[in-house]
Amino acid sequence: MRRLKINQWIFVTVLGFLLILLGPGTGPLTDTDAEAAWQPKKPITFVIMAGKGGGADRIARLMQKIVQQHGWSPQPLIPVNKPGGAGAEALRFLKDHHGDSHVIMVTLNSFFTTPLRANLGLSYRDFTPVARMAMDTFILWVNSNSPIENVNEYVKAVKSKHGTWKMGGTGKGQEDSLVTGMLQEAYGIKTTYVPYKGGGKVASELIGGHVDSTVNNPSEQISWFEAGRSRPLAAFTPERLPQFPKVPTFQELGKGGMVYYMQRSINAPGGIPNAARQWYVELFTKLSKSEEWQTYCKKKALHCTGELGFLTGRDLGKFFATEDAKHKKLLKAMGEI
Amino acid sequence: MEVFGNLLYGFSIAITPLNLAMAILGVVLGTAIGAMPGLGSVNGVAILLPITFAVPPTAGIIFLSAIYYGAMYGGAISSITLNIPGASTAVATTFDGYPMAKKGRAAQALVGAAVSSFIGGTVSIILFTLFAPPLAEFALRFGPAETFTLMLLAYATFAGLGGGNPLKTIIATLIGLILSTVGLDIISGRPRMIFGDIAGFYHGVNFLVLAIGLYGIGEILFSAEERLVAGDRVAVKVRLRDILSTIKEMVKYKRAFTIGSLLGFFVGMLPAAGATPASFMSYSVVKRFSKHPEAFGTGTIEGVIAPETANNAASTGAMLPMLTLGIPGSPTTAVMLGALVVWGLLPGPMLFIEHREFVWGLIASLYIANVLAVLINLFAIPLFTMILWLPFTILAPLIIVVCAVGGYAPTFSVFDMWLAFIFGLAGYVFRKLDYPLAPMVLALVLGNGTEVSLRQSLIMSHGSISIFFGFEGGVFSHPIAAALMWTSVALYAIPVVGAIIRHFRRRVALAKT
Repeated sequence: MRRLKINQWIFVTVLGFLLILLGPGTGPLTDTDAEAAWQPKKPITFVIMAGKGGGADRIARLMQKIVQQHGWSPQPLIPVNKPGGAGAEALRFLKDHHGDSHVIMVTLNSFFTTPLRANLGLSYRDFTPVARMAMDTFILWVNSNSPIENVNEYVKAVKSKHGTWKMGGTGKGQEDSLVTGMLQEAYGIKTTYVPYKGGGKVASELIGGHVDSTVNNPSEQISWFEAGRSRPLAAFTPERLPQFPKVPTFQELGKGGMVYYMQRSINAPGGIPNAARQWYVELFTKLSKSEEWQTYCKKKALHCTGELGFLTGRDLGKFFATEDAKHKKLLKAMGEI
Repeated sequence: MEVFGNLLYGFSIAITPLNLAMAILGVVLGTAIGAMPGLGSVNGVAILLPITFAVPPTAGIIFLSAIYYGAMYGGAISSITLNIPGASTAVATTFDGYPMAKKGRAAQALVGAAVSSFIGGTVSIILFTLFAPPLAEFALRFGPAETFTLMLLAYATFAGLGGGNPLKTIIATLIGLILSTVGLDIISGRPRMIFGDIAGFYHGVNFLVLAIGLYGIGEILFSAEERLVAGDRVAVKVRLRDILSTIKEMVKYKRAFTIGSLLGFFVGMLPAAGATPASFMSYSVVKRFSKHPEAFGTGTIEGVIAPETANNAASTGAMLPMLTLGIPGSPTTAVMLGALVVWGLLPGPMLFIEHREFVWGLIASLYIANVLAVLINLFAIPLFTMILWLPFTILAPLIIVVCAVGGYAPTFSVFDMWLAFIFGLAGYVFRKLDYPLAPMVLALVLGNGTEVSLRQSLIMSHGSISIFFGFEGGVFSHPIAAALMWTSVALYAIPVVGAIIRHFRRRVALAKT
C-alpha cells in the first residue's frame, strides 16, 4: 500500500516536470488557415542569435517584458538563446522552421557576416524581414589612466608600439574586428587584436589594463565611463551622440567613411503568411513607440528614431541589401573571405 | 562602521512582506529546479525571469537570487539519491553522496549537503558584505594570463579525482578537452569539429549533457547488469535524531568547511570560473588534506561537505563581480545581469552608489534566503529519501525519462538528448574499463576557458610563454600570473620529485644491507 502511494507520487511529480518543460515547447506547426486577422495560437519562440547576458539577449528580454506588461500579445514571447557558431545555429534553426509563424528572431550584424564567412547554404534573403528596431553605435575607448586625450595622440601612441598595441574586441569577423579594421586602414596603424567572448568582458578588460583600447558600444562602457574609469576618444557615427556631446566623430576629424552601426532587427522565417507578418509588424511598431523602449535607447546611446530608427516593409529589404553588400566589401578588405 | 549601518538598512528592506515572500517562493522553486536533472540555476533564472516583471527590481533580484541559492541546495538531492547530478554544480556531490545512499546513509548525506551549503553560503556572504569593493578590484586584475595560470592550477587538482591509474586519468582528461573544442572557435570565429556539418554541434558539447549521460544513463546500465534482481539501495526511515547526530558528526570536519568556503568564494568570484569548477577543486583539495583520503569515493560525509560548501560559497562569490563590475562570474549571474538591464538598472561600479537600496536589500536577503533554504531542505529530507523505496525495475525507466528531459533542457535541443544517450553508452564502457569519469567532465567544463585564455595570452605576448611567468615584452607586469604559475609548477613537480627521492632512498637502503 505504502509503495503504491510513493510510486504514484513520483509518477505525478515526473509528469508534472515533463508538462512544465514541454508546455512552452515548439513543434513545427505550419499555418494553413485564413489570411484574415492572424493571431498567435501558441507561445512565440523568440530566438536570440547570441548568448545569455549579451546585448541582443538584453534587448530581447526587454521586448518580452514590454509586450507582456502591455498585454499586446495573446500568447507570450519565449526567449531562446541559440549562440552556436556565431549565429549559424540560430540562422539554421530559422531556416528549418520555414513557414512557421510562431518563430521570430532578434539579429545582430552576424545576420550578414556569418552566412558570408561560413557556407551555411542560406542568406538573409531566406527570411521574412519584420522590423528594424535600432542601430547601435561604436566609440573608440581608452582607460582613463592613459595619458591619451584625443585621436592624434592615440595614433602616435599606437605607432610607437610597432604593432604590439593591444586592441580588445569580440570574435574575429564580428562587429568589433570590422570596426578595428576600418580604424587601422584609415590611419595606417597596426594593432594586436585580442578577441573575447562578449562586449561586456571586453569593456572590463580595458579597465583591468589587459588591453590598451577597445571599440565598445556605448552601452557596454557607459557604467565605467560614468565612474570615471574609461575615456571616449571619437565616435564611429556621422553626428555627435547626444549622450557624449564632447566626443568628436571620426567624420569631423576628416575621416569621411568611418561610420559603422550594428543593427538590431526582427526577422521571421521565410514563407510565413502575409497576415502573420502584418501582425508582427504592428506589434513591433507599437513596441518601438513605447516609452520604455525609447528610454532604453536614450540611456544606451542607441539610435531608435529618425532615419536610423524604426524601419519596415520594402525599405527594410533595401537596407538589408545595402548592409549585406557593405559587409561583403569589409570582409573582403580584411581578407576574411 | 559603515558596513553594519548599510547591512541593517538592507535588512529593513529585505524583511518587508513582499520581499520576504519572494525569497521564500524563490527558495522553494529553486530547490525544485535544482533537483530536476538538466535544469540548473541558469535555466531556472531564465525561465522564471518574466515573473519579476510584475514586482519592483529589488523584489525581483531577491527572487532570482533565492532561486539561484535554492538550486545550489536542490542540486545535491538527485546527486545523492539517484547518482544523477541535478545541476552541473552538483556533479562532484555524486562522488561520495551516492555511495553513502547505497550504504543506507542517504539521509545523512542529504543533511550533510544542506548543512554544508548553509555554511559555505553564509561564510561567503559575510566575506561579500565586508570586502566587496576591494575584492572587485582584485577580480578586475584577472586578465587572460591570470586566467590561464588559474586553470593550470585547477588541472593540478585532477589527480585527486582519478582512481589509482594516472595514465587513465590523463586519457580521461584529454577526452574531455577534445570534446571542449567542438563548436565555435572564438579566435577565428569559425565553426570547427562539427563532424562535417551537423547543426547540433554548433553550440558545442554541453557539459550537463555529458554529465547526465555518463552518470545518469551510464549508472543505470551498469546497475542493470549487476543487480537487476537484488537491488542495492538500502532504504531507511529518517528520524529527527539522525539529523541531529549527523550535524554533530560534521563538527569534526572543520578543515573541509574552511577550505570549501574560502576556495569556493574566491574561485566563484573570478570571471572565468563559477560554482562548478569550484566544487571539483574543493573536493580534490579537501581530499588531499584529509586525514582519511582513502575513504573518498566510498561514501564519506567529508566528500559531500567539500563540494557542497564550495558550490554555495561560489554562487555568492559570483555575484560580486556582477554587482560591482557588471561582469558575470558564472552563467547564472550573466542572466541576472541581463535582468538588471531589463529592470532599467545599470550594472557596474555605479550601482552601489546610485541604487543603495537595491544592493543592500539583496545582500541582506541572501542571509535570509540561506536560513530559509537550509530549513526547507532539512524538513523535506524524509520526502527526498522516499525515492529510495522504489524498486529498481520501476526506478530505472523513470530515470531514463528524467535523463532524456535533462539532456534536452539545457539547450532546448533534441540532438543533445540523443547525445546524452550516446554518452551514457560511453560511460558504461568507461566504467567497465575502470576509467575515472570526473576528470573528463571537469576537463570539458574548463577546456574552453583554458584554450581561449591560452590563445589570448599568446596573442598578447606575440607567442612567448614568458607571459605566464609574469613577463610581457620583457617587463614584469603580471605578478598574479607568475604566482599562480609557480604554484602549479610546484604541484605538478611534487609527485615526480617525491618518486625520485623515494627511488634514491631505496637504493641507499639497499646499498647499506
